[in-house]
Amino acid sequence: MTTKDLARDADGHLANYKEWTEETAKELAAEEGIETLTDRHWKVINLMRKEFIEKGDAPSIRRLTKESGVDTKELYSLFPKGPAKKAAKIAGIPKPTGCV
Amino acid sequence: MKNLIILGAGTAGTIMANKLNGLLDRNKWRITIIDQSKEHYYQPGFLFIPFGIYQKKHVVKPAHKFFPAGINAINSSVKLIEAEKNRILLENDSVLQYDFLIIATGARIAPEQTEGLKESLWYKEIFDFYTLDGALHLTEYFKKWRGGRIVINIAEMPIKCPVAPLEFAFLADWYFTKKGIRDKTDIHFVTPLSGAFTKPIASKAFGNLLDKKNIKLTTDFSIGRVDNQEKKIISWEEQEIPFDVLITIPTNMGDDVIGRSGLGDELNFVPTDRHTLCSEKFNNIFVLGDATNLPSSKAGSVAHFQAEILTENLIDAIGQRPMKAKFDGHANCYIESGFGKGFLIDFNYDTEPLPGKFPLPAVGPFSLLEETKMNHYGKMMFRWIYWNILLKGYRIPIIESHMSMAGKKKKTALEL
Repeated sequence: MTTKDLARDADGHLANYKEWTEETAKELAAEEGIETLTDRHWKVINLMRKEFIEKGDAPSIRRLTKESGVDTKELYSLFPKGPAKKAAKIAGIPKPTGCV
Repeated sequence: MKNLIILGAGTAGTIMANKLNGLLDRNKWRITIIDQSKEHYYQPGFLFIPFGIYQKKHVVKPAHKFFPAGINAINSSVKLIEAEKNRILLENDSVLQYDFLIIATGARIAPEQTEGLKESLWYKEIFDFYTLDGALHLTEYFKKWRGGRIVINIAEMPIKCPVAPLEFAFLADWYFTKKGIRDKTDIHFVTPLSGAFTKPIASKAFGNLLDKKNIKLTTDFSIGRVDNQEKKIISWEEQEIPFDVLITIPTNMGDDVIGRSGLGDELNFVPTDRHTLCSEKFNNIFVLGDATNLPSSKAGSVAHFQAEILTENLIDAIGQRPMKAKFDGHANCYIESGFGKGFLIDFNYDTEPLPGKFPLPAVGPFSLLEETKMNHYGKMMFRWIYWNILLKGYRIPIIESHMSMAGKKKKTALEL
């Protein structure tokens, strides 16, 4: 099954994070216009998944920067236009619920 | 004698004091409320001050006037909450022991979190309207305004009263039209969100209204710094937006005492169970209002609905019974849209704001997600309700603490 066939939620994120693989991440990144996933990208993606699985919600940008050691400026260059949302999508987890 | 301490005498803390005063046996329980301020602010009123609709006297009253008789009120800041030892350390180092603690310490703006925000232009050409001081400075500034670029910018989410920045934009449109200088005034709404608001259907409705009112919208803009010389805001991605006056909604944070006491997250908000309102770490600490980390709106209506749930659960916890009441994230907000009209939205954790009638299905008198004069009257009437009913912990007739689907129409953003 390719990434295109996987069920998505209303925000276009994977409906089931368990269907995610590293290959999926690469394809989701390409959808977001990110051609290559570097070690720095992976650091963020892996942290996103870990936090989501442990806590049931994706971390905020503040938490990401604190936990990953990737500062805000770099985070925006890695995942332009909304790193928390974009990194969550590539990590195969739902959009962070932090904002109401 | 057992001790219940309420930290914070804002909307949430004052409501809790009034509710519990009638419920706890006063021969067994001492209720103490602690706040550093002697004044109570009607915070939803700050928005109206720069436009000359309200003045200071409408939004400030002595805090003690709203406390129930016989309560122990302490005017002091708190040095530390020692949750492991069930005690509070006051500014003068006196120690207060508690059996149960309610944290209602609220949220504050933290302009120091953004580089250049609180520097040479602060309260000269950069203002907030989430403090009385900011609103009053802006009032004076607007009196001399002859036109130019107004930029309204939300630094990051979450913020207190997430609709207030939109209301500010709508009111500015009305105010400068009335003054005859709207054609010389650019209004630009700049948000880190991907739309005008957080929830899709409401976001679409408010986005359309911004467009109709000729208010420019820039989305996905996360402010990195302010250039005070060139007068522009610059995003983390180096996008620049120039301003003549910047209306900032700075980062919101919980009280410093939460951080100092090791009870908060990155923004000093207290991790709280989304249904029981009990602290995630300590089962004799409850949290409500803006102080929680919950994904519900930080607003007075939310604190009011939470207070009902928290009261039930606290009484159960005291009686060592399982907690049964569950908060559903209910919020209810009037939104001023200018020219004597307004919107009303009613939603919870799971249901986004929908169109319909409120509180009585088909009757109203208020219309959900629709611009009407009646909704504006509702907002204006609300100040009276706040001072006279809400703070005293009374229930508002017909309006339930849990959101009701009655009167709501299920729609999708595409149908609007």
